This record gives sequence, structure tokens and C-alpha cells, in this order.
Amino acid sequence: MSMDMAPRLDTDALLADPETRIVVCCGSGGVGKTTTAAALGVRAAERGRKAVVLTIDPARRLAQSMGIDALDNVPRRVEGIDGSAGGELHAMMLDMKRTFDEFVEAHADPERARAILANPFYQSLSAGFAGTQEYMAMEKLGQLRARDEWDLIIVDTPPSRSALDFLDAPKRLGSFLDGKFIKVLMAPAKVGGRAGMKFLNVGVSMMTGTVSKVLGGQLMRDVQTFAAAMDTMFGGFRTRAEATYRLLQAPGTAFLVVAAPERDALREAAYFVERLAADRMPLAGLVLNRVHGSGAAQLSAERALAAAETLSLGLAEASVAPTADDPENDDPENDGPGNDDPESDGPENLVEGGIVDPGSGNAQGQNASAADDPPAADAPSDPDGSPTSAERLAVDLLRLHAERMQVLAREQRTHHRFTTLHPEVPVAEVAALPGDVHDLSGLRAIGERLAEQTEQQQATPTPAVG
Amino acid sequence: MSRLHVVSGKGGTGKTTVAAALALALATDGRRTLLVEVEGRQGIAQLFETGALPYEERKIASAPGGGEVHALAIDPEFALLDYLHMFYKMGSAGRALKKLGAIDFATTIAPGLRDVLLTGKACEAVRRKGKDGRFVYDFVVMDAPPTGRITRFLNVNHEVAGLARTGPIHNQAQAVMRVLKSPETAVHMVTLLEEMPVQETADGIGELRADGLPTGAVIVNMVRPAILDHAAVEAAAQGQRAAVAKALSQAGLGGARRGGLAERLVDPLLEQAREHAERVALERAQRAELTGLGLPLYELELLTDGVDLAGLYRLAADLRKQWPM
Repeated sequence: MSMDMAPRLDTDALLADPETRIVVCCGSGGVGKTTTAAALGVRAAERGRKAVVLTIDPARRLAQSMGIDALDNVPRRVEGIDGSAGGELHAMMLDMKRTFDEFVEAHADPERARAILANPFYQSLSAGFAGTQEYMAMEKLGQLRARDEWDLIIVDTPPSRSALDFLDAPKRLGSFLDGKFIKVLMAPAKVGGRAGMKFLNVGVSMMTGTVSKVLGGQLMRDVQTFAAAMDTMFGGFRTRAEATYRLLQAPGTAFLVVAAPERDALREAAYFVERLAADRMPLAGLVLNRVHGSGAAQLSAERALAAAETLSLGLAEASVAPTADDPENDDPENDGPGNDDPESDGPENLVEGGIVDPGSGNAQGQNASAADDPPAADAPSDPDGSPTSAERLAVDLLRLHAERMQVLAREQRTHHRFTTLHPEVPVAEVAALPGDVHDLSGLRAIGERLAEQTEQQQATPTPAVG
Repeated sequence: MSRLHVVSGKGGTGKTTVAAALALALATDGRRTLLVEVEGRQGIAQLFETGALPYEERKIASAPGGGEVHALAIDPEFALLDYLHMFYKMGSAGRALKKLGAIDFATTIAPGLRDVLLTGKACEAVRRKGKDGRFVYDFVVMDAPPTGRITRFLNVNHEVAGLARTGPIHNQAQAVMRVLKSPETAVHMVTLLEEMPVQETADGIGELRADGLPTGAVIVNMVRPAILDHAAVEAAAQGQRAAVAKALSQAGLGGARRGGLAERLVDPLLEQAREHAERVALERAQRAELTGLGLPLYELELLTDGVDLAGLYRLAADLRKQWPM
């Protein structure tokens, strides 16, 4: 909004820049992250990039419309993209277990790979470990980047419960897999039973005993077998994790923090911004989704409500004595057919007289509108006739407007709080759509709104009423 | 009535707010409730406008009629140390385990263990009795993980079964599961009247039912009033523009003739009304979908100024009016 001094984020320039090779969309759940990633993909492809979108958990209908509802962990070409600029869009939905399995198969000999894949501990780890999804998304990103088939990779991130998960996952899994604890766990399995324990001090052996007691002997053995089988891959994990981390820090990567103009989402976004800075990850800016606007922003909520109240009072009076002081109003059915030009100047002139003094002009205005309106149109919604129905409608319109302006004010307050904390972060606002997006034309519309917001923000506000 | 209320919902639907309002509502008239969070986000502290919650049960609010809401942010690491202490009397060993990375392993990496610890702590609070033999908390309300993860989170037994077929973790999981699958527990879903949250709610309820977990209510959050429908807006746009301009003019909003301020308001106001009507129609379809789920449906209005403490009490009162408690 105009009151904010934050620089504007130009997503079109970002997508058009051949130096931009990876765009990572992150943010809290429910802010439209997946939709933003997909919309950026569509826009980039239709402007000539050969793009691939890696999504984590798209809504079913969105996935169907992109042709990626089948989970096969392979990018599929998206049909229906305008390729006239020479671009293409591919998309895939991440299957984290499969990515993990593929990783194991690629880094261990067949026999060892089979042993790992069959291990119960591995099976749980690959399907359920809190960080697996994050880690595997990064692993897949590394793979896609290495294939060098696309000039732009757009990544949607998992709906992490906190920003930390996503950035920490590579390190955490890596540090676990070649950490102290697993070495201790592995020790007996590696050198063949309890004999190996003598190499460890008594404290540690007591500790493994304790762990075994808590975890249960069988789980302990599974972990040990797993760790032994994975042993040769540990180095690989750490190397990959570090390579992915560096890839994220590289100049060709751009992070977009996605948020909605709500307190919690923006608080999370601010946290993300700080975290990315701490990890020296290149932040391109904030995409603020679902921002409300108004074509009548010059009319404040307070004035709209006051006006609605004025009209309601008039209506209440009219309903007490609807015809006594307003005889011309009696037969609204009569005046329609002859007057088919609602824009005619005659009645407006009458009103001109009425608004010189709104109080006394009230009755005059009603007369005028009675003469002005084709009643056929409003008959279904209000059998009483047009003057009061138009006023009732005006009351509703004003109340809706007041509600909209309150939403706007709240959104601006939360947005402002963010820009005060992080004035350096460029922001792109995406105007709210009334419904959900689940097809290419919807994604295209989002992409256009992302691009258009620059003009909207620059538009000079119309002078205020009164 | 159930004593453990698990509140889930898609991200962005306000499940923390609803969980807090429910805890307040249940505490009304002299009851004691414990509100727990399990995702380390400190959402409860923010809602109740207090500092970050430690791993300690403390009173955070009074409910109307002398009730109390206590809160606890369950931290898996502390919960594990707690557990080790309670069952194995291993206070100092915990620190050594931490140094070794074993606690890290159990709470963040070993699949399912973390969830057993979190749900286990909540179940312990549900069953805890005071010296007088009465339950310490009348109700426990859990701000749970989002819809996409809730079934997996609660079905600790299944998660752990393949992993620990015997031993203490297995037993603990069994005990937790007995509480979670009993009528003592109810899993509620928070949603908005929007397509994706409603779809996730339906999917989530299907999963809960398939796994034999007890479903509770669906709470529709942030409901906005339906003021105008399509027919009214289109009728207005067809033939009443000038009349509306006049009405606006009468209300003191400027001139109604072409180019006058009131006249220029008509188009943008009608456009907003059109968007509103479109939303009303979408919401109607979503509400019908939710009704089809066969669960009690409660609605909470949108607080246009955002949720502050006063708003939270209002939502609690609203829930209490609708919900047989």
C-alpha cells in the first residue's frame, strides 16, 4: 500500500532474469504457497522459461489440472501452457519415501540397498520422520538442478510447523546419521556383539544399556542393523546435505517468503526473513497473498456506516407511515415501462435540488427515484417498490463497503508492522480472488495479479469524499 | 462428555484460537481445564498476551463463573526427561543422554517416538488425580497438529508398532492409544467456508474414522454474515443504479448525477457486492458439504478487528451457546 515505504518486488523481472535458476517459496501453512509456486511456474513458462515446479502437497484439483495427481516422482510436462515464447512448464509432486528409496538405491550396492529398504526402522524413518519431507524436498531439488534440463526450478516447501525445520533438515539428518549417538549404537553390531563394548568407556556402555532399556531391545537392534547398513552412505548424506545447503545460498537462488496479510502468517514471515538472513540465504522478497482492495477506498468505513445509518433511519420512518407523505410512491408498477433510460437527466436534476439539504431533500429524492427506476428489475427482490428497495440496497452496499474497509485497515496494519520491522524486504501484493484457484487460468490470473500489483500500488488515490 | 478435546484444522483456519476459546468455554462455571500445545510455536502465549510458556502447567486465564484455564507447552525433550524420571528414576542420566545426542534422536529423529511423548503427556494430564481422588483437570484441550498430520499423530500405536514390537515404548504407546480411542477423547476439526479447508476437513475425518479415532465436532471459524446474494446484486446493477446513487446522495455522500461523487461510488460498491455474492454462493456450497459429514457443526463469527483477549472470551461465549457442554 502507498503508506508503506517498502520497495516493490518485481516478480516478472525475477522470473525473466536468466541468472535466476531456483526460486524457493516458503512460509507458514494456509497462505497459498503451493498456488504461488504454481502460478510463478505458469508465468515463467509463458514468458519463455523452461521451468519445472516441485510441489509438496498440492490441493487435489490443482494437481489434477496440472496433470500431476499421479505420484510418480517424475516431472511431467503440463499441458495447456502457451509455448509461443518458447517456454515449457513441467511439474511434479514429491513422493518423499520414493525419493529416499531412490537415494538409497543410488548410493548402496544392490544387496545392501535391499537390506536397508527392508529394515523396519528405515521404513518408519523414510515415511514418518518429522524432517524427512523437508530433507527429501531439498534432495530432489539437488537432483533436478544436477540434471540441468530446466533453466528455472520453482520449489514449494512443506508446511513446516516452524521455519526452522526446513533449513535445519539437511543438517539434522546429516548430523544424526554420522553423529556420536549412532556410532555408539552401531558399535556392538559393527564389531560383532558385546565384545565391541570394551572399546567404549563404561559410561557409554551404561548409556547404551539405558537406551536399550527405554527403546526396547528389538528396536535397538533394528536401529543398529540400519546404521550398519547405512554406514557407507553416511558420508554421502552429509556431502549431499552440505551441497544442497550451499546451492540454496548460491546467487542463482531466490527465496520468496509467502504470507497472507494476517497477524500469525506475517509473524511467521518475519521470522523466516530473519532466519534466512542468519543463514545467508538470498531473499528476493515477500509475496503477500489475498490482499483486499476497494474501488471506493475514498469512502471510509466510518462514513459508510454513518450513511447506512442515516438511510436506515429514513427507511424506518418510511415503514411507519409508508404512503402518508409520499403519495406518488403508491403505485410503483406504473412508472417503469415508459422510462427505459435509467441514466436520463431529468430525475437527477430533481435530486440535485434534494442534496442541497439532505434532510429536507429526502422525500424529494424518493419521488425522483420512483420515477427513475424500471421496477421490473427489482420486483423479485423487493415487492414494496423501488425507492425503498434502492435505499435498502444502498444500506447493504454501504455495510459491505464498511466491512471491506475494516478488513483493508486491518491488513494494512499487519502489513505495516512487517515493513516497519523489515523495511528492506521488497513486497509484492496479490489481490484476493473470491474463490479458490484450481486451474491454469486461475494460476494465470494470480500471475497477472502478481505482476500488476506494481501499477496498483502506484495508482494515485482518488480524493476523499466530503 | 469427552474429557480430552483434540483440536485440529488446516493451517490458517485458526485452530489455536478455537482451541483456546474451547478451553475457556469448558472452564466456565467453576471447571478447570488444561490447554496444551505440542508444536512449540508458543501460540497460546501470544493469544493470552503473556510471555512464552515454560514446560510447566500454569494458570493463564479465569473463566466466567470461577473457572480456570491452565496452559502447558509440551516440549518433547522435557516430556522424555519427565518420562525417564517418572518410570526409571533417571534424572541425571537424562543429561548424559542429551550430551550423547540420544534425546535428540528420540525426540526429533526416531519416527513416532516424539508423538508418543507428546500425546502421552496429554493423556497423563487427563488421567491425573489429586489427593482427594478427583481429576486435577476436568478437561484437557489440545492444540494439535494440522489436519494433514493429525491421524498419523494420534495413531501412535500404528506408528510405533512396526518399530517397537515390545518393550517400554510399545507399552506406553498402547496405554496412550487406549485413551485416544476411548469415548473420553474427541477430535474436532476447525475449518473455514473455503474449498481447500473443507476438502481437508472431509479427508481428515475420513482418515480418523478409518483408524477408529473418535470424531467430535466441526467448527466453522471466521464466518462472515451473508448480506446480499447474486439475484439482489444483479437486479441492482440492471435497473437501480441511479436510484442507488440517489440514496447514497441522500445519505450525504455527494452528488447523484453522472460524475457526482455518489454516482461514482455505485460501480465500485456494486463490484464489491458482486464479489460478496460470489463468496456467499461458494460458502453455501461448502456449508452443505460440511453438513454432509454427519458431525455437529458450530459456527464462530469473524472478529473484524482480529482476535484479542476480549475477542477470545466472546468466541468462548459463542461456543458455549451452541455446544452442549
